[in-house]
Amino acid sequence: MGKIIIDNNKCKSCYICTETCPKKLIKKSEKTNRLGDYMVEFNDPNGECIGCAMCAKRCPDLAITEVWR
Amino acid sequence: MNSSEKVLIKGNYAIAQAAVNAGCQCYFGYPITPQTEIGEYLSGKMQELKRGYVCAESELAAINMVIGAVSTGVKAMTSSSSCAVSLMQEALSYAASDELPVVLVNVMRAGPGLGYIYPAQGDYNQAVYGGGNGDYKIIVLAPSTVQECIDYTYRAFYLAHKYRNPVILLADGLLGQMMEPASFGEYPYPEIDNSSWALTGAKNRASRAIYSCARDEKKQIEHIKNLFKKFDLISQNETSWEEFKTEDADIILTAFGSMTRNIKAAMNVLREKGIKAGCFRPITLSPFPNNRIEELAKEGKDFIVVEMNMGQMFKDVKYAINGAAKAELINRPCGEWLSVEDIVSSVEKFMEKNYAASI
Amino acid sequence: MQQVFSIPKSFKEDFKYTFCPGCDHGIAIRLLAEVLDELGIQDKTICAASIGCSVFIYDFLNVDSIESPHGRAMAEATGVKRARPDKVVFTYQGDGDFASIGLAESMHAAFRGERITAFMLNNTTYGMTGGQHGPTTMMGQITTTSPTGRNREYYGYPARMAEQIALADGCAFSARVALDSIPHINDAKKAIKKAFQVQLDGTGLGFVEILSTCPTNWHMTPEQAHARVRDDMTKTFPLGIFKDTTEE
Repeated sequence: MGKIIIDNNKCKSCYICTETCPKKLIKKSEKTNRLGDYMVEFNDPNGECIGCAMCAKRCPDLAITEVWR
Repeated sequence: MNSSEKVLIKGNYAIAQAAVNAGCQCYFGYPITPQTEIGEYLSGKMQELKRGYVCAESELAAINMVIGAVSTGVKAMTSSSSCAVSLMQEALSYAASDELPVVLVNVMRAGPGLGYIYPAQGDYNQAVYGGGNGDYKIIVLAPSTVQECIDYTYRAFYLAHKYRNPVILLADGLLGQMMEPASFGEYPYPEIDNSSWALTGAKNRASRAIYSCARDEKKQIEHIKNLFKKFDLISQNETSWEEFKTEDADIILTAFGSMTRNIKAAMNVLREKGIKAGCFRPITLSPFPNNRIEELAKEGKDFIVVEMNMGQMFKDVKYAINGAAKAELINRPCGEWLSVEDIVSSVEKFMEKNYAASI
Repeated sequence: MQQVFSIPKSFKEDFKYTFCPGCDHGIAIRLLAEVLDELGIQDKTICAASIGCSVFIYDFLNVDSIESPHGRAMAEATGVKRARPDKVVFTYQGDGDFASIGLAESMHAAFRGERITAFMLNNTTYGMTGGQHGPTTMMGQITTTSPTGRNREYYGYPARMAEQIALADGCAFSARVALDSIPHINDAKKAIKKAFQVQLDGTGLGFVEILSTCPTNWHMTPEQAHARVRDDMTKTFPLGIFKDTTEE
């Protein structure tokens, strides 16, 4: 059981995290940022996140600011 | 060598020891004649004193090492000559924009290009107007004796830190290589507190960044205006010159650096011949003593500029005179220094041409 | 729950990266910040920034920084260290800055064994000016100034800096790392830490060449760019430690 915090102001929609998450809990959302890119969102209804922090470690923009386990 | 005792010393060694006395913490340099003795002297001295010394891989590296060192608030300098000072122009532009107290000694040789090691004063434009990009100004001091090499080295460090502006000590091969009696005394200026801007690590304060990158157009406009306001202040406070027998003079011989020695001698010869000659010699080439030259010109005194280049300071003197009096150039591009006799005979020709009726 | 990832303390508050999406500068600077935190040296560290995309490091890190003219970061870092031997000094440069215009400064700092730490991001191109051929452009690589690909005839061969720097007697640590995957990112952080450690130990220059993406100028998605680092770049630029005096 874990969770992550995404800072939408820092996300540049590169989608590396969506590929990296072993549980595929981060997805491209319908919401757009100022540049018109579809931002990512963390969606974990079944509490599958293991808090591995791989998404945060690969995020080039430090947009995943917190990981909890 | 830290007393009022007179010693017989070569100009290059005098500059080097004066830098040590001024508290120069780091010297970085690359050899080039005729200033190599500065680096030779400091290589041993700085190690003895456990201060910083690097035999740099190039002049580019040397001046950038100075920028690195002075950015931490310490005194540091490099020295070089003419064609190699050309390599340092980019860094001077950065240092002026970054407001860093870089001290650069240029012991001039002849140009353009590689030129040669005979004497010349061809770097007036390079020093005063700069070869770097953008709007910036450098303080330029021109010594004429070995004693002044010491005094102005002290002053160079002081002004650099007081105003956070690069300073060039513009000497020449003649001064660098000649021996004269001189005394060092003590470094006569107060120490400047650099703690408000120096890079010392962001301990118990926000981090500092020194950079010239200007992404904000409005801020950059302000920045450049402020640099020039600062230079106006430097002009007000620090412009200096020397003059002799200008009160009753009809003509004023003008020179900078070691040519000052010859115009002083020529003035005396001309006076013996009944020509009322005076001498004017800018000490700060930048800021230039425009106002004083204009005053003298308005009193009806003509100017004869004597220099070892194709008339680089001449145009500044003409600009300062602003049409109020005549200006004449006596010059040679490089090589054997214009002798007292050369100067006297040229002045006599000028007098014949312009004052035929009154002689 | 326990927090297992947070923004390193060596970052400025409210910083925001200005790099393109998918650019590895962001990861490299984060690893640097984590190492500064772990070694407890942020408040006595001075950075010599360079010219190129790398220049903006001083916008992000809470570290005193001086911007150097193009290629001169190693000279400025040398000046800082000689003036303040008690400080920790590092450079953060691109391959154009370190291996092309600044090659003399880079090599001589290594020969002298300056007690500084140098980082070179290798993205095989001049990124900020729009993707021109540079010293590390790979054979066959198409850039805006090698329109048919880098060839022997006109361009010669790419420079391998981690190997070259390791040859210098004054070098105490030299490694090449990549940021394309979690194991590589972990290795990169270890290398960055060692490159600082040799400076703290006073044994010589610490150097890390970091293989990095430039999705914009490579005309690739971020994940395609990382695949290129993994599959292509590491063939020309093999990962590894080329010198490590900490193990001697």
